[in-house]
Amino acid sequence: MSGRARAVTVVRTSTANLASVLTGFERLGCTVRTTADPGEVAAADRLVLPGVGAFAAARRAIASHGLEDALRERIQRGHPTLGICLGMQLMARGSEEAPGVAGLGVLDGVVGSYESGGGWRVPQMGWNLVTPAEGCEIVPRGYAYFANSYRLTAAPGEWLPVWCEYAGRFLAAVERGPVVGCQFHPELSGDYGKALLMRWLEA
Amino acid sequence: MLPVRIIPCLDVRDGRVVKGVKFRGLTDQGDPAALARAYEEQGADEVVVLDVTATPEGRGTRLDTVAAVRARLSVPLTVGGGIGGIEDAAALLEAGADKVAVNTAALRRPALLTDLAARFGSQCVVASIDALGSGGVRGGGGRPGDSGYEVVVRSGTERVARDAVAWARDAVERGAGEILLTSIDRDGTRSGYELLLLRAVRSVVQVPIVASGGADSPEHMADAVRAGADAVLAASIFHQGNWTVEGVKAALAGLGVSVRPGYSAAGQTARAGEGAA
Repeated sequence: MSGRARAVTVVRTSTANLASVLTGFERLGCTVRTTADPGEVAAADRLVLPGVGAFAAARRAIASHGLEDALRERIQRGHPTLGICLGMQLMARGSEEAPGVAGLGVLDGVVGSYESGGGWRVPQMGWNLVTPAEGCEIVPRGYAYFANSYRLTAAPGEWLPVWCEYAGRFLAAVERGPVVGCQFHPELSGDYGKALLMRWLEA
Repeated sequence: MLPVRIIPCLDVRDGRVVKGVKFRGLTDQGDPAALARAYEEQGADEVVVLDVTATPEGRGTRLDTVAAVRARLSVPLTVGGGIGGIEDAAALLEAGADKVAVNTAALRRPALLTDLAARFGSQCVVASIDALGSGGVRGGGGRPGDSGYEVVVRSGTERVARDAVAWARDAVERGAGEILLTSIDRDGTRSGYELLLLRAVRSVVQVPIVASGGADSPEHMADAVRAGADAVLAASIFHQGNWTVEGVKAALAGLGVSVRPGYSAAGQTARAGEGAA
C-alpha cells in the first residue's frame, strides 16, 4: 500500500470468526475496525460484510442490529462494499437454505444448493478457477478458495458476473463498480486474494 | 474434481512444531508461524495445525500459536487438538482458525458435530479420525473393526471399540463437512497412505477427505487421490526438506494429477503445474 493506510470497516454481528478477514486487511497495511452500528455501516469508507454459518441466523443478526437499510443504501449508491461468502449470499433475494427468509434483495437472484452426487463433493472445499466477464475491474482470473454448499447460478442484469464451474456453472463473484460480492474467500486465497483485495481498496 | 489440495501439517507441542513416528518420539522441527508462512510461499493450499499433546495432558490448544500462524498465513488454516466442546471451537475460530478438527470429543458426544455445524456451518467442521489397522474385512456384523480399521483416540493411545469407516459415515450424517483420515499404522513411516482405508471411507461419504499418515513421495499422493482423497496431508517429507510443496506439485502434475498453479500478478495463471482435470 506504499505507506498509505486505508481504513476498512468489517461488519461484526455475532461471534463469527473474523480473524482471517481482519488479518488479511492488516497485512495489506489497512487499519481495520469492526462494527454492528447502523450509522457506522452507513458512513464507512470501505465496508466488508463477511459471513460464515447459516443464512437464516446471519440474516436475523443483520435485522436485530438494524443494519438492513444502511447496507442496502450503500450498495445501491455504489459505496465500496465487499460481501464475502455468506456475505454475498445475503445480498440476494433469498436462499434455498432458508425458505421464506428474505435476503437484502440487492442482487436479483435466489441462492441454491449444489446437487450432491456425480462425484461432486458437497461442500465445495478447495481452490477453483474463476473467470471474470469482460469489463470486470476488481476480480482477476485465477484460483480462489471456496468453502460453500450453496451458490447463485444466474447473473443479475446490472452486475458484472465472474464465473466458475462446479457441478455446473455458478457465480463465483459479482461486481458493480466498487461493490463486490465474492462466493469465495479472497482473504484465504493467498496471492490471488491479495491482488483482488488491493484492487478493491483502490477502486 | 478440484485441484488436489497439498496440506503441510504442523504437529505442535508447547508452541513448537514436532514430529514423531506413530505419534511417539517427538523431535523439534521449528516455529509454527514461520513454517506455515514458508509453506504458503511454496504453494501450500492449506495448513493444518494439530496440538498433539493437548488431549493427553488435558490442555486446550494453544490459542497464541493459532493467532501467530493466522497473522502470517493467507491460505486456510485447520486447527485440531483438545477441542472438548463448542466453546473451545469458538475460541480457536476467534483466534484465527478457519476450520476445527474434532476427534475425541466427537466420539464421546457425537451431537457435538451437529452443534458445531449449526453454529458455524458444516464447512467449518472437520471430523478427525485416527484409524488403527491394515484392512481386511473381519465379518459383516457392523462390529468395531469390521472394516479392518478401528478408531483410536487421545493421540492414538486409547481404543474405543468403534469401526473407523462406520464412524466416518456417522460423523458426516451428524454434520462434519470434511474427514481428516489418519492411519496410525502409517503415521511417520513414509510407507504411503493407507489406500484401503481411503477407498472404504470414500465409498460411504460425499464430503471431502483429507488423506493423512505415511506420505513419502508424490507417487504416494497420486495413489491417495486415485483412492478417493481430495487433499493430501504430509509432515515429515516437508519438514525434513526431502520435498518442497512446489516440487510435489510439479511431480503430481507430471503424474496427471490436477494441482493449483501459482498466481502471477499479471493476471494470468502460471501454466506449469496445471495438470489434467
